[in-house]
Amino acid sequence: MAYAASDDRAGVPVSIKILIAGGFGVGKTTLVGSVTEIRPLRTEEPLTEPGRHVDVLDGVERKSTTTVALDFGRITIRKNLVVYLFGTPGQERFWFMWDELARGALGAVILADTRRLADCFPSVDYFEKHHVPFVLAVNCFDGARRYNPDAVRSAVDLDTDVPVVLCDARQPTSGRDVLIALVEHAIATIRRSNELSEEVPTH
Amino acid sequence: MVRPYALIGGRTRPTGDALDVIAMIIAVRGTSFDPADLEPEHLSALRLSSLPISVADLAADLDLPLGVVQILLSDLRERSLITIHHPIPPARLPDPQILKEVVDGLRRL
Repeated sequence: MAYAASDDRAGVPVSIKILIAGGFGVGKTTLVGSVTEIRPLRTEEPLTEPGRHVDVLDGVERKSTTTVALDFGRITIRKNLVVYLFGTPGQERFWFMWDELARGALGAVILADTRRLADCFPSVDYFEKHHVPFVLAVNCFDGARRYNPDAVRSAVDLDTDVPVVLCDARQPTSGRDVLIALVEHAIATIRRSNELSEEVPTH
Repeated sequence: MVRPYALIGGRTRPTGDALDVIAMIIAVRGTSFDPADLEPEHLSALRLSSLPISVADLAADLDLPLGVVQILLSDLRERSLITIHHPIPPARLPDPQILKEVVDGLRRL
């Protein structure tokens, strides 16, 4: 069957998904746009399920869906190997769509602004809980105090193996380096989990 | 906003397996169908997938919301007009070197 499966995929590009997360206005769009051309991508989600934050619709005809825009970028590594970037919406009320995006993702970049560090906490919690490898990228805005990555790690209470990198999301080389840090971290995470599963036989 | 949902008959979720945004879609060659059975958007999606294309790229090209495109594609799948290749989870890539290639490729950016 393995042969059939691989034959079946002949000529089909391998697609890899990376999420760009973080609080509102932290530079997610800038980061995606610095490494590739952004394409408009939108989704419409119903507003009716319970437990969601309630939109104020007083005086407005009841609206059953809300439009969520994503920053979507594509990097062609070579023929038949493509990396897709998805900038996730920052507001918590749009989190219902994260599950769909996060499934099967290679990993996530969480952008953080040291002036509003707490804004990244929900993203950190989310990816920790869902076991999605991530790096924390501190976007060094002009005028922001430069922090030592270890101080940021401690403030966010990150596991020691999670990379913390400083970046300037406006610079293509900086954005690229953040993505490289993430993919290398994901490779290490996959290798470690494969070693563990070899050591501990599952019956 | 009415038009896309009229197109898919008010459905908000596709039938069958969830369709990942990076699943690759390929139109099946040489199949015949009754064009009257399909909406123009179905035909556009078929045309765009004559070469492999991701669900997200299709949505961007068609300028339709992702959810609508996922439903259009489930219609086409039911009629056996497309093949869907679900993405391989990164931990199960047949060749781990692929991720090294991604790192090398990013370095060349």
